[in-house]
Amino acid sequence: MLAEKHADRINKIFAKYPDKRSGVMDLLYLAQEEYGWLTEDALREVADLVDIDPTQAHSIAGFYTMFSEKPKGKYWLQVCTDLPCALRGADTFYRELCAYLGVEDGGTTDDGLFTVEQVMCLAACDRAPMMQCNFHFHEHLTIEAAKELIEKLRVQAQPETQEDGGA
Amino acid sequence: MIHILLRDLEIPDIWQFDTYTANGGYDGLKKAVHDLSPAETIQIVMDSNLRGRGGAGFSTGRKWSFIPKDAETTYVVVNADESEPGTFKDRQLLEKNPHQVIEGAMLAAYAIQAAAVYVYCRGEFWDLAHALEDRIEEARQANLVGDDILGTGWDCDVHVHLGAGAYICGEESALLNSLQGLLGQPRVRPPFPAQMGGGLYYQPTVVNNVETLANVPWIIVNGADAYKKIGTPESPGTKIFCVSGHVAKPGNYEIPLGLTFRELIYDHAGGILNGKRLKAILPSGASGPVLKATDEVLDAPLTYESVAALGSTLGSASFILMDEDTDMVWAAAKMIHFFKDESCGKCTPCREGTYWLDKIYARLLRGEGTAHDLEMLEKVPNQIAGVTLCALGDFAVNPVLATLEHFRDEYEQYIHQPEFGPEPAQAL
Ligand SMILES: Cc1cc2nc3c(=O)[nH]c(=O)nc-3n(C[C@H](O)[C@H](O)[C@H](O)COP(=O)(O)O)c2cc1C
Ligand code: SF4
Ligand code: FES
Repeated sequence: MLAEKHADRINKIFAKYPDKRSGVMDLLYLAQEEYGWLTEDALREVADLVDIDPTQAHSIAGFYTMFSEKPKGKYWLQVCTDLPCALRGADTFYRELCAYLGVEDGGTTDDGLFTVEQVMCLAACDRAPMMQCNFHFHEHLTIEAAKELIEKLRVQAQPETQEDGGA
Repeated sequence: MIHILLRDLEIPDIWQFDTYTANGGYDGLKKAVHDLSPAETIQIVMDSNLRGRGGAGFSTGRKWSFIPKDAETTYVVVNADESEPGTFKDRQLLEKNPHQVIEGAMLAAYAIQAAAVYVYCRGEFWDLAHALEDRIEEARQANLVGDDILGTGWDCDVHVHLGAGAYICGEESALLNSLQGLLGQPRVRPPFPAQMGGGLYYQPTVVNNVETLANVPWIIVNGADAYKKIGTPESPGTKIFCVSGHVAKPGNYEIPLGLTFRELIYDHAGGILNGKRLKAILPSGASGPVLKATDEVLDAPLTYESVAALGSTLGSASFILMDEDTDMVWAAAKMIHFFKDESCGKCTPCREGTYWLDKIYARLLRGEGTAHDLEMLEKVPNQIAGVTLCALGDFAVNPVLATLEHFRDEYEQYIHQPEFGPEPAQAL
């Protein structure tokens, strides 16, 4: 449970606001970090913490692109294909990235490691093509650089995957 | 070249508290709390004629003066949602010169005697927002933020709130809802944020853009007259222009308002990528009408009034440049797709209108467009503009109307030559 496991963080969140309801987005981030995605139970937990109805937590979660109510790959690659980036080759980049990973637009690789999505402007248009991998920006990308990153992440993910499997 | 804002270009370490203070940082706040009354602080900003850098260009001093003097609890909210396509200036300010933004926000807070400041950062600025919390802590340790600021008995803390990916949350009333933990949709106005019932927790609130606030310390230290010496009388000061797209040197350029389009694009940003010819300019991201790159436009000064006179808006000054090879129907389709995605769905004309426009563009790009589609493109905007709850509805019709006005022949080509069209890679 979030309340027990992250009591300190939750108190810090509530301390920022005169109304605890303002903490709902921070708590959704926390729940997503804890459970990987916003399951129904996770939404109920967050809703209880800020005294709102679970359906309200659900509509807030659904309103924003950074919350996910479905499982995603371990690495969530959000490629900006908005106009400024597209003028610098982002559409081609995205297509090649999908092809390299063997997925369709919005898809997840079979090993569950990568989910790819197109997103709107991420305020990095001067460094296009670019993408966000979980919470980090990768900028000035070429498809070669992206492939390298993906291979690095694959290696990085390996020991953890084995541990998970053994646990 | 004067950098009032992008001071990291001269002083790379300006993000550090000690470097910032060694270079005059927080002198403005000290001056205000020790020597100026809140009313005098507002007056200086009003006299400077500083205009909001978030898009609307409204007088900052006047906005502050709207806060009722007898209000018990007031707030300052820093709009760091920066989501307009082509805009990336607030990010550089928050990353490279964060203390100046904090100081500007504290000056606004002093002017309206705010109970607290909230910085609403778009969720994708995750790393940046966490670093900003550390910078705020440094200011707190130095007694510039928090309780009994500089021994004056005034308490005001600064908090960072993370959004989670929604363009509409940059619209001030949607932002306030989002900050309150409500759905991030715009509010019916009036009451406006500065009024009782309209702001954060329904208390009078000043909402200002990051860049707007970053100007304030300089103005308080150097005075309104010094500020007005930069730029033009109606558009004083410097402005950060975010230049992207087909440009040789994409990036942020802080220049005095009043230079020409040509100076910005060719002298500062290095001209057009690969020596191509410039075809079209979006001076304020996807929200403002596109301009054809004529000599008249290129020689026009970059001021709020002059860009408005050309039929567009200076807005947040996100310059997206498009070269001679750019397919303008495709470009319009991209922008419409953006607005369809970002419509919050609260009003029917915006929700449905952007949905239909998006469908029509997709059809055009597939080579399946008809003369009827072109008629629809002319009609649908009339049903959206002016009847929606927030300005997104008005923004959404600009890509259609402006490209139809300047580049109608390209639409005709799509309809009469089905084989004409973008590379598959460019299709949405
Ligand atoms: C759809 C929409 C999106 C907006 N996005 C932003 C934004 O990302 N950042 C911003 O500062 N202002 C944005 N604005 C403008 C704000 O509503 C508001 O006018 C601004 O924050 C006021 O600050 P200023 O007076 O300092 O410019 C947006 C407005 C609309 C209608
Ligand atoms: S105009 Fe569009 S974005 Fe604005 S409130 Fe209406 S539906 Fe939402
Ligand atoms: S358009 Fe891609 S980051 Fe702005």
